[in-house]
Amino acid sequence: MDTKRRNFLKIAGATTLAGLGGPAVVERLVSGTSPAQARAAHGEHPASPGAKTHSAASGHEEKNAPTGRRLGMVVDLRKLRKQPELMEKIVHACHAEHNVPHFPNKKDEIKWIWRTEFDKAFAEHSDYYKDRMTKAGDVLVFCNHCDEPPCVKACPTRATFKTKDGIVAMDYHRCIGCRFCMAACPYGSRSFNWRDPRAGLDMNHINRHFPTRMRGVVEKCNFCAERVGLGKPPKCVEVCGSTRAMIFGDLNDPDSEIRKVLRDNFTIQRKPSAGTHPSVFYIV
Amino acid sequence: MFEKALKGNKYYWMWLAFLGIFMAIAAFCYVRQFNYGLGLTGMSRDVSWGLYISQFTFLVGVAAGGVMLVLPYYVHNYKTFGRITILGEFLAISALLMCLSFIVVDLGQPMRMLNVILHAQPRSMLFYDMIVLNGYLFLNILCGWVILTAERKEVKPPKWIYFFVYLSIPFAVSIHTVTAMLYCGLPGRHFWLSAIVAPRFLASAFAAGPALIVVVALILKRVANFDVGKKALDKLATIILYAALTNMFFVGLEFFVAYYSNIPGHIHTIEYLFFGLEHDGHVYNNLVPFMRMFVLLFVVGVALLSIPYTRRQSDFWLGVGCTALFISLWLDKGIGFVLGGFVPNPLGEITEYYPTANEIFIALGIWAMGFFVLTILYKIAIGVEHEIEA
Repeated sequence: MDTKRRNFLKIAGATTLAGLGGPAVVERLVSGTSPAQARAAHGEHPASPGAKTHSAASGHEEKNAPTGRRLGMVVDLRKLRKQPELMEKIVHACHAEHNVPHFPNKKDEIKWIWRTEFDKAFAEHSDYYKDRMTKAGDVLVFCNHCDEPPCVKACPTRATFKTKDGIVAMDYHRCIGCRFCMAACPYGSRSFNWRDPRAGLDMNHINRHFPTRMRGVVEKCNFCAERVGLGKPPKCVEVCGSTRAMIFGDLNDPDSEIRKVLRDNFTIQRKPSAGTHPSVFYIV
Repeated sequence: MFEKALKGNKYYWMWLAFLGIFMAIAAFCYVRQFNYGLGLTGMSRDVSWGLYISQFTFLVGVAAGGVMLVLPYYVHNYKTFGRITILGEFLAISALLMCLSFIVVDLGQPMRMLNVILHAQPRSMLFYDMIVLNGYLFLNILCGWVILTAERKEVKPPKWIYFFVYLSIPFAVSIHTVTAMLYCGLPGRHFWLSAIVAPRFLASAFAAGPALIVVVALILKRVANFDVGKKALDKLATIILYAALTNMFFVGLEFFVAYYSNIPGHIHTIEYLFFGLEHDGHVYNNLVPFMRMFVLLFVVGVALLSIPYTRRQSDFWLGVGCTALFISLWLDKGIGFVLGGFVPNPLGEITEYYPTANEIFIALGIWAMGFFVLTILYKIAIGVEHEIEA
């Protein structure tokens, strides 16, 4: 092999590697943090209360002080456990509000929020010698609106994206239906329209203020972005009403109600080890 | 040069017609799927990628495998591969066409395909996959065509083409690396979340691609009077053997990490693929026969390629060995790897996937399309070779 050829191969190889790994490295350098370490802070208890709330809310270190809003949710399982029928009501209200079709065939199933057992929602928690309450009570699961959403990173068309309020939203008109986001989501929160969703809706009783989807696109809980934009609470929170079983608010505002609840209660999150930094917290 | 594809004996036309029938059936099935949606497939909320994406993943490997001929021939000036290299380049073209077709039929909204470019998201691995796959396709068409044209005129290929030939080598590696990155960068999918996925993909690609080339070369020797030479086939058999063994070594490492660490998430999918996974009193094992066949055919293939008699003295056994390895690696990557990764789902539930007839016919039709293109390309290449000899 002559020198010229060898030099060329070197350059070609280096360029390919840079092209593949470059963006990730640059991002790390720009953000200036070691993300895995910085955000694992949730659930830990640093000495000062101020620091604690800070890391619990945004997950960022001090120098990355949160700017803008980050909407989040606390689900109080103690309250939901007492009223299983409330869970049903929430699921039903959400699906009616968003024209989520109902297909009896599990293969076509679409769901935004649903009941599941504790071990399924929190697979990483020990299930030896479970107490009576967690054994009996179901958990409501839905999109976690992660601060570091893997689905957003995976989407090749930016059809799923994070809004400035921290909501992970979907553009149903841009989605090409590749379902990469479904493979990427560690919570199984996403559904795909395997067939025309209108076939699973009673078209005389749909919510005319929210679009129905078309087949071939992905959908999921949108934290009721359409309602929040009008100053209304998400539907599930509204259904909970005075029970306060679900609390919604700005995680970046230290004076918000949700931050007060987070200060006063021990909360857990789904799969914290996935590094996604969910905005949904559970009080067990 | 294309006129060479239009002259052939009756077996040539019968073969093309045979493939054409499958293509026509697939076209019909695709129209059905296009009108109804992907609900006509066996995919579901839990197993959201099926036969299409698994075939895509495997065929990216077949396309990349061609580099095992290009590299020795162009970089190391290994003359023995003189006649066989064009087979590798043209195989890459047809494999890539199959890959792109499998992606398109898997899209829920294929009409919006161009959004990948119009609204490009450089953080998505699919964006890079789109670039390298199309780039590698372009490079192979360009290099194959220019070099074949030069050969026909019995002149040396133009110097500038070597730039693209050398460029195609890192591209071949990159197509399979980026395809592996589609999987191994996803949090929460334990089976895929492994740094060895890309090397394993490459190892299996460097065995599967050349294995197919050996089989096709043996067929061409009989039906088209085109002999790539015994020495070339023997060398290729060595490459296949080492690559296949490397793949198996990597598979073994996955087993070690899962079972020695005893981390449930790592064990579950392997358990499901090879032994069956118990869940709520029911054992789920619909992929077990495929994965055991993968191991069995691997042993058969490696044995046939290792024993001097079967490898060197008999075209038949060499062909059987390479076919066994090709199918074995197809079962591993074209069935087990992608489908297994969805079991269990993120909530620990198990949904088993069974492709529908409509889906299987579309997949068969795309394979037929690939072999249709391959036949035509090989017909042209061999026509040129014969013309020079005459």
